[in-house]
Amino acid sequence: MSQEVTTLGDPAAPLLARAQAAIEDRSLNGVKAWKAANPGALAIGHMPIYTPRPLIEAIGALPVAMFGGGDQVDIIRGDSYFQSYICHIPRSTIELALGGDLDALDGVVFPAICDVIRNLSGMWKLLFPEKWSAYLDVPQNFDRNLGGKFYGLELRRLARELHQRGAKELTDDALAQAIADENERRAAIAELDLIRQKEPWRVRASEAYLMVRAGAAIPAREHTKLLREFLGIAGDRKTRAYDNVRVVMIGSFCEQPPIDLLRALEKAGCDIVWDDAQLGMRTIEGSIELRTSEGGRSALDALVDAYCEQGAATASRYIGNEVKGASLIDRVQKTGAEGVIFAAASFCDPALLDQPMLETALNVAGIPHTSFKYAENTAQFQVIREQAGAFSDSVRLFGGGA
Amino acid sequence: MSENVEKDRSQVRQKQMIANHFERLSRAKEEGKKVVYTFVPGNLTELLGALDLLPVLPEINALQSGMRKKSGGYISAAEKAGHSEDVCTYVKCDVGMLKNGNFGPTGTKLPEPDLLLLSYTGCFTFMKWFEILKQEYKCPIVMLQVPYQSEGEITEEMRQYVAEQIRDVVVPALEQTAGKKLDMERLREQLRWSAKAEDDLVKVWESAKKRPSPIDGYFGGVHYVGPIFSSFRGSEEAALYYKELREEIEERVARGEGAMTPDGPQAKEKYRLVVEGPPNWTSFNDFWRMFSREGATVVASTYTRVGGLYDQGYRHSPDKPFESMADYALGCYTNLNLPSRVNLLEKYIKEYDADGFFINSVKSCNSFSVGQLLMLRELEKRTGKPGGFIESDLVDPRYFGKANIENRVQSYLQMLDARMNRPLVPGEGLPVALPVLGRAP
Repeated sequence: MSQEVTTLGDPAAPLLARAQAAIEDRSLNGVKAWKAANPGALAIGHMPIYTPRPLIEAIGALPVAMFGGGDQVDIIRGDSYFQSYICHIPRSTIELALGGDLDALDGVVFPAICDVIRNLSGMWKLLFPEKWSAYLDVPQNFDRNLGGKFYGLELRRLARELHQRGAKELTDDALAQAIADENERRAAIAELDLIRQKEPWRVRASEAYLMVRAGAAIPAREHTKLLREFLGIAGDRKTRAYDNVRVVMIGSFCEQPPIDLLRALEKAGCDIVWDDAQLGMRTIEGSIELRTSEGGRSALDALVDAYCEQGAATASRYIGNEVKGASLIDRVQKTGAEGVIFAAASFCDPALLDQPMLETALNVAGIPHTSFKYAENTAQFQVIREQAGAFSDSVRLFGGGA
Repeated sequence: MSENVEKDRSQVRQKQMIANHFERLSRAKEEGKKVVYTFVPGNLTELLGALDLLPVLPEINALQSGMRKKSGGYISAAEKAGHSEDVCTYVKCDVGMLKNGNFGPTGTKLPEPDLLLLSYTGCFTFMKWFEILKQEYKCPIVMLQVPYQSEGEITEEMRQYVAEQIRDVVVPALEQTAGKKLDMERLREQLRWSAKAEDDLVKVWESAKKRPSPIDGYFGGVHYVGPIFSSFRGSEEAALYYKELREEIEERVARGEGAMTPDGPQAKEKYRLVVEGPPNWTSFNDFWRMFSREGATVVASTYTRVGGLYDQGYRHSPDKPFESMADYALGCYTNLNLPSRVNLLEKYIKEYDADGFFINSVKSCNSFSVGQLLMLRELEKRTGKPGGFIESDLVDPRYFGKANIENRVQSYLQMLDARMNRPLVPGEGLPVALPVLGRAP
């Protein structure tokens, strides 16, 4: 049984409106204000899924998560750079960049996620040769002495190159502080996720999404403050009962689903108790442990180890000799979900190549699932709403869960 | 090739080599031989050879299925099993083949893998592909992560990361599968044979700088790279094949003959082109004829470099085996960043004295395709040579609209013809923006 927040008199409404405004700030006015308040400091954009934001904060720069143009941008020039069979996020990203909306950024990091983002890094070099950009090869070998060692060198390279362009030099103390700030943020997000799972009527998935994504272009401390404020009033919200099914939604880790799509799923009777739409903020599961008692271990080692040992399973992370889909089934069980919705962006290689393997695992475990595709600028949700409604009805009638 | 066109000695040899390999594979299980599935770019064939492991290359199987007109059915089977219409058709063709009994290119059943060796070079989909096969075959897997050349160079850190993975992860896994230790001297011997074959292949590529070119470096070229890209690099028979091929090409040069086409030797070389992107395999000869019958010869191509940039100086070396294999895996064409790819194409256009360049953008391969429209503009700007652009696919026949593509190719060649007598000045761009030539229906 779920309940719905009545908007009238909702104490969280101003915070949600603030978060919505932050997401719609496509010309990065917030970033410009931050730079004005921090003269000489750099703002560094990063594409999904994961870039270690504490590293960027530790050198005095502002990490800015980039998620394309959503449904706000009319794509004209961006389309002329990409064939019809390529996903939407690179088009809107190029559109924004060519239109000057990303001028506040002093550089962009392109983490290894798929061939589209990888090649976009090269396009960036050709189109904007005066701007700093870097491809970040995250490890797929998770042995700290192999992939970890290489990843550590990659992170040092980024810090060194940014230092040469005006950022502060990376120090162990500054990174340790940035990691501590990140841990605070992660703890707040974990609390938000817990409320969503235990009392989904208090914080809907679409609202949690807004609050998490609102941290895309602000320092971790500021984001934590915003989240804490929201958490503080979440319990005071008035609610109304609905009989919803509990679902996990996956596949949306890069190109973002329109917020109205999340709302359409909610209206179709789904409580989304976990999703990967803002996976970058949740990639490290748990705190990044500094373990200073271990001799000779730096804060950068902690960042590296956290990625290797606590990285969330996702389509862009290699599953070696483990069982494919085991982490998804575990997620379903831990969140008490009754089914899974695969929501992938059209032409998203990682999500769509992963999906049949995960479906196989869910079938074996007897967990119901459904799937659809979207683009960041999808505007019609009726079909998806009907499909999700039919799915939630079938789960209610025939049962679900592992 | 048409049935009535006489095959060269090297072609006959290659055909026999491939038949023998699939024959060995068909007997592998009964003879107790171990089978390792792996990919073309960045593969470690010499290691497999040194340990008497038999390689199977799913990409090669997929393209062969495309040429044998089987891929359409296989892709449908995979899509019915839940694989998205949006993703790589090599993967779906392979999955479909598996679901249909796993009969390989020669019609014999392929043995199941004892190990999946994921050489993760230049293509994200490779990782997903072998995760899918792992779930299907329930066999062990070992992965070699090869960093991307994002800054246009191989750094010492990259080389060491790859070499250490080969030494500490890949070799132990292969030894376990083979049931024996790696003989380093045997590996060095394999690497020597590789370098010998690579020397001869480079001479074959560079013969295309002559007028007329004695080879087609794309359509003909994909036949030439067959042995070295697949199961035979590191073997004496591959070295013999390339020696024979080089001698044949030298004979063609001495006779002043043009490139071989599906209809016999090219009578007159009218246009010299550089091609970017993989070919379409389902209508391979039809596609080739669209160029050859108009007198267009491809003098250099990037697809034929996905298995190694030997013409840019790389050679396998017995001196530091693991580092040498690391450099090979790091140096494959699709592991180069976009600016490096543009530089290489520019170099080919100039060094091979091409009249223009052509991009076949395939739906299946984002590794190749993303950024090609920018490459087109950049190359036109730098070289003053006109570029053509079409969209098709690797092995999905639904994405090869023959009449439509032929129309585009002809339009391009007519435009090239009109412009050849009034070349553009590099840097000034084209007087009129070229349209994107064609899109498969």
